[in-house]
Amino acid sequence: MRPFSYTRARTLTDASQTVSDDRAMAIAGGTNLLDLMKLQVETPSQLADINRVGFAEIEDTDDGGLSIGALATNTETAVHPRVRADYPVLSRAILAGATQQLRNKATNGGNLCQRTRCYYFTNIDQPCNKREPGSGCGAIDGIAKLHAILGTSDQCIATYPGDMAVALSALDAQVQIATSDGGSRTVPVRDFHCLPGDTPWRENVLEPGEIITAITLPAPVGGTQLYRKVRERSSYAFALVSVAAIVELEDGRFSRADLAFGGVAHKPWHDPRVADALIGKAPSPELFDRAADILLEDAQGFGENDFKIPLARRTLHAVLEQAVEEAS
Amino acid sequence: MTVHFKQDKPDESNRLDDMRQGVIGKALPRVEGLAKVTGTATYAAEYSIDNCAEGVLVTSTITRGEVTSIDRDAALAMPGVIAVIDDPRLTTRAAQGTADEAPQQKPKTVCYWGQPIALVVAETFEQARDATKHLAIEYRVEEGAPLDPNTVEPEEQEDETVHQGDLAHAMSEATHSVDVTYTTRGHASAAMEPHAAIAQWDGDKLTVYASLQMLNYNISELADALDMEEGDIRLVSRFVGGGFGSKLGISEEAVAASIAAKELGRPVRVVMSRQQVFQCIMRRSETTQRLRLCTDANGTLTGFGHEALVSNLPGEEFAEPVLQSSHFLYGGENRELMLKVARIHRMTAGSVRAPGEAVGMPALEAAMDVLAEEVGIDPVELRLKNIPEKNPEEGLPFSSHKLAECLRQGAEAFGWDRGPRKPRQTREGEWWVGTGMASAARVHNVSEAKARVTLKPDGTALVETDMTDIGTGTYTILSQIAGEMLGLSPDRVLVDLGDTRHPRGPGSGGSWGAASIGSAVYVACQAIREELASRLDVEEAELDLSDGKAGSGESIVDLLDGKDLAREGYYEPGDIADDYTASGFGAFFAQVRVNRFTGEARVDRMLGAFGFGRVLNHKTARSQCLGGITWSIGVALTEALEFDPRDGHLVNPDLAEYHVPVHRDVPDLDVIMVEERDPAASPIQAKGIGELGMCGGAAAIANAIYNASGARVFDFPMTPDRVLAAMPD
Ligand SMILES: Cc1cc2nc3c(=O)[nH]c(=O)nc-3n(C[C@H](O)[C@H](O)[C@H](O)COP(=O)(O)OP(=O)(O)OC[C@H]3O[C@@H](n4cnc5c(N)ncnc54)[C@H](O)[C@@H]3O)c2cc1C
Ligand code: SF4
Repeated sequence: MRPFSYTRARTLTDASQTVSDDRAMAIAGGTNLLDLMKLQVETPSQLADINRVGFAEIEDTDDGGLSIGALATNTETAVHPRVRADYPVLSRAILAGATQQLRNKATNGGNLCQRTRCYYFTNIDQPCNKREPGSGCGAIDGIAKLHAILGTSDQCIATYPGDMAVALSALDAQVQIATSDGGSRTVPVRDFHCLPGDTPWRENVLEPGEIITAITLPAPVGGTQLYRKVRERSSYAFALVSVAAIVELEDGRFSRADLAFGGVAHKPWHDPRVADALIGKAPSPELFDRAADILLEDAQGFGENDFKIPLARRTLHAVLEQAVEEAS
Repeated sequence: MTVHFKQDKPDESNRLDDMRQGVIGKALPRVEGLAKVTGTATYAAEYSIDNCAEGVLVTSTITRGEVTSIDRDAALAMPGVIAVIDDPRLTTRAAQGTADEAPQQKPKTVCYWGQPIALVVAETFEQARDATKHLAIEYRVEEGAPLDPNTVEPEEQEDETVHQGDLAHAMSEATHSVDVTYTTRGHASAAMEPHAAIAQWDGDKLTVYASLQMLNYNISELADALDMEEGDIRLVSRFVGGGFGSKLGISEEAVAASIAAKELGRPVRVVMSRQQVFQCIMRRSETTQRLRLCTDANGTLTGFGHEALVSNLPGEEFAEPVLQSSHFLYGGENRELMLKVARIHRMTAGSVRAPGEAVGMPALEAAMDVLAEEVGIDPVELRLKNIPEKNPEEGLPFSSHKLAECLRQGAEAFGWDRGPRKPRQTREGEWWVGTGMASAARVHNVSEAKARVTLKPDGTALVETDMTDIGTGTYTILSQIAGEMLGLSPDRVLVDLGDTRHPRGPGSGGSWGAASIGSAVYVACQAIREELASRLDVEEAELDLSDGKAGSGESIVDLLDGKDLAREGYYEPGDIADDYTASGFGAFFAQVRVNRFTGEARVDRMLGAFGFGRVLNHKTARSQCLGGITWSIGVALTEALEFDPRDGHLVNPDLAEYHVPVHRDVPDLDVIMVEERDPAASPIQAKGIGELGMCGGAAAIANAIYNASGARVFDFPMTPDRVLAAMPD
């Protein structure tokens, strides 16, 4: 860990000003940032503690949706009565992540910004284009079991590891951002995280000085909502593959099929063509396979993670089968 | 006064059963439990010592070569940084268990990625840790270090080799045969408490507070590393937050702290980071194991073959003793056993809980399941049929043998269905559900041990030895043994462990702790009883002691006449080890579900039935079994060290990515302890318990995965990717 100075921001403006300096970082729950600082993966010279700036409420929005404060904890969010009643996929996704202790500390804003779990990223004595641009990618010819099968680049094949954002992507939630000039902007969750491309160090669209203030959920969407996370142990493990699903049937045919996938890409993966393939059709294993074909059309494995391609297909089957069963 | 007892013949007298206090075997809670859960038990790093400086190990970023220079100027200019130490006496590996001499030193010679090469000392831990990253280190790299055990010509461990009869011929003649190859991945001990030491000098005398399992060996290993006399060293390890083999030998931080403290003239603490514990202590070797088993038409083994390939660094003597129980568990007159070790440059391979059987038994017992299917016989029946009368290789009798009873009692309690077995018979929603079983075996070891027992005029007793309690219950069982023998309630027996000022114990390892140190305490107590008997003018055998009184009513205190009555017990295993094969045995039964879409396997319930001689405390013994079964779940489903193919570094060196089972992976576990007194195992008829619970359990799970889903997986751990790859459509 490098020495750093610490300031407790009283207001959003304070915080925003501090983090405009690109050697400064915001700290919320600290469950990701502090670990990375100890490993010297992150080396901010200054930390702005944003835990006292507000934005911890969970409140109804005018259009019947829900605004979830960036500084509300994962636990508060998952157990909130409206989240449980109207957005069960979100509650389930959060509860599938990390552990109770971590969720008690982890904030929603921090969760969206959590860094990849690539083994080479967290070891500063190994090459990694994300951590040290131009140093090479340790994972591509190394141990890549956790790595991406969709949207990779020759620079980086890491995944976004989180669960919550996968559900938010299925729900088409919006990220509310305070900009450094005192204004604000809104970015759909589906556009918040980036693909690695030639800029693997860039994981999301936040600009220096920007702070997430809230995540807004649309008016309740109903449907059967499921979150399925496949993992190597039954808790406290990141997803090999996960699927968030909001599914509805009318007259035995899909009328809604909002699906997002975790553990497969540098961002929660949402491919609108999957819903297009399903909507208006009657569920069948063949249909699910067609949807999987579309989803995985460009999928590419790196040896160790080849299994994710059939696993994603099978998990999609499992989720759709369960959703259809629960919906009818 | 030291009383020496060497066990040369079986002891059927079962003296402990004649005693009157009635505390032996009782499920007493651990005496140090409250201190631990309230945070008042002081672990190695937690001693508060004035003026203590903080050291952090610097580790190599190459796999093989030489450190040619360390530019320390930048680091030394940093605030708080006191010294950069690269003394040639620094050790670069942990000593193997019972090594009794210093491990590899000369830190400039690098043999694996992540090897300690220097120590930075600063006023604070954070300063030292940061400074380690500011050293400019130059290396001369020796390219081409072999990293993959399958690409080098391995060395045969000749003392393990058995060629008996003609296995190839037996295989070709047999009615039924299987020839299958399994792999297991490396494992880490993953103890909660990281390796830590504080060293403090008083002139030429050194005291080290450390987290170690075997002070009796560690003191000579440290003395050898520092070129000192043992008598000038004191080691203290009162509480050890888990060891599981990783703390058997002196490790790098203890030697480094000692050298630094001397050089700087002030105490120095060195605590390893979690990543360092993973990367530079011990790994269990990965294994490749070929099993060849063949039977006659009835399922009686006619041939038994087990060959294993393991790995270690060049120069290390330890080779994962995969075949240990294979030598005697089952019959079969044609036998071929062979262990080979590949020399590769991953970190040191050494003992991790149940070295050998932890991985050898799962492969053997999974192969036995394939064989049972081939023969068309119930897997329990197959085992029962093949229990040998005596050791099939050496011809020695067994000291005591409870496998059949464990199989029968376990099957009964589990509700094992002896009907025909076919995979994929039960489905609950997305999950295939099935059952599997396996035998357990783990060789019994004992080691010489000394303990001093003092009966005090205040009516209490004191037990002193440098034996450690690594969380297993040693404090508690010794208070029970002494209490039973001396007629005292265990809460009147103070047990003082983990300090080399006391008589040498056996150390905690190889499951030999309880039987060995328990026997030393027994011998000491027996001598005290004889003295008391003579003071009472009765035969020792007639001495009835309970609650501080003799049977005739005299108070023990009155017999002491205001003085301590002390005896040192010295127990030595003796020749009996050459006359018998001694082993713990058991059986595992598991019900497992396998998700038909995702290949995830989860254990629904699991039972272990074990025979390991006299149970000294039913609670601590059961806890050992529960822990062992939990490790079995890890071996079966989740635990695997992953090494980079290019430089051999461990890529998952923390508890987030090295997956030990979590609570949700561990269902309700049942433990049956089969009544047994092993007269040849030890004078207290106890055998080793700590490791047996994980010796074969993973196969019960693997066999249940097959029974549930039809996926015959040959690679442990059976993660979803592997189960899916083997699952029929
Ligand atoms: C062992 C372990 C296992 C885990 N398992 C899972 C899992 O299975 N699934 C899962 O989803 N997660 C998992 N997590 C990750 C966990 O969910 C995240 O660490 C947590 O959500 C981060 O939130 P935080 O408030 O602690 O963030 P911090 O650590 O405080 O911050 C993380 C990052 O976000 C930035 N940041 C924080 N708040 C804001 C804001 N409002 N605006 C802009 N930037 C901000 C910080 O600058 C920093 O870069 C695991 C974590 C650990 C340590
Ligand atoms: S996959 Fe990405 S994060 Fe991992 S080593 Fe390569 S560049 Fe770094």
